[in-house]
Amino acid sequence: MTDYLMIESRDPFDSSDVANFLALAEGLSKAGHKVTLFLVQNGVLPARHGARSAPLAALAGNGVEVLADDFSLRERGISADRLIPGIQAAPLDTVVDRLADGCKALWH
Amino acid sequence: MKGKKTLTFMLMDAPFENARTTTAMRLIDIAARRGYDINVFAYEGAVYLPFAAQKQHANAVHGRDVVQEDHPLPREWVEAVVQEAAKNGGRVDWVNCGLCVDERGAADAVAGVRRGSPADFWKMATSSDNTLVIATK
Repeated sequence: MTDYLMIESRDPFDSSDVANFLALAEGLSKAGHKVTLFLVQNGVLPARHGARSAPLAALAGNGVEVLADDFSLRERGISADRLIPGIQAAPLDTVVDRLADGCKALWH
Repeated sequence: MKGKKTLTFMLMDAPFENARTTTAMRLIDIAARRGYDINVFAYEGAVYLPFAAQKQHANAVHGRDVVQEDHPLPREWVEAVVQEAAKNGGRVDWVNCGLCVDERGAADAVAGVRRGSPADFWKMATSSDNTLVIATK
């Protein structure tokens, strides 16, 4: 099993290929790997309840750890109580922690 | 604090254009505060991040002078992370891609930046605990 850190900086309203990145996360998780999806910048937008939040909720419900950068959330006026279930706010330090731990890291 | 680590970052975005630059510098700053050894390979437009001739400007639209506007300059961020890492027992090895520099006339960089090639990125990556490539869109 490999630990993956997948960083999503884009939002699905702007970039249709976000769906491909989420599909990769799902596939890696189903293959038995530990996957963390870290949302940053506009990538945090679908972490709110909304039209494009369902794929993230599904990932979180299927074993992918989904985190949202707390700074990016604050920049966009999204409070933690507006996040969909299964997504946690987290500091960017988490990314450095995972890098230091040797996770395979992918930026999108 | 975890044990000392070496992390490599590849940056490709030119300054003043994308939030990726801010996030990248936030990551590097966190690593610098931990005293990690940090390698940065600046490729393409990112070679302008440490460009020494960057200057603040006024904002006539909002009626602010240079001091009031206090426009952030990425070259100062580069200098700051170099100093922060050194203060905490780490170091920043910032390499600007030489061909990218020549193409753009960006040779005038702040202290702590050296010229290199993509081969340096390979050396950095193979000698690091981890590498993050932050590519352009």
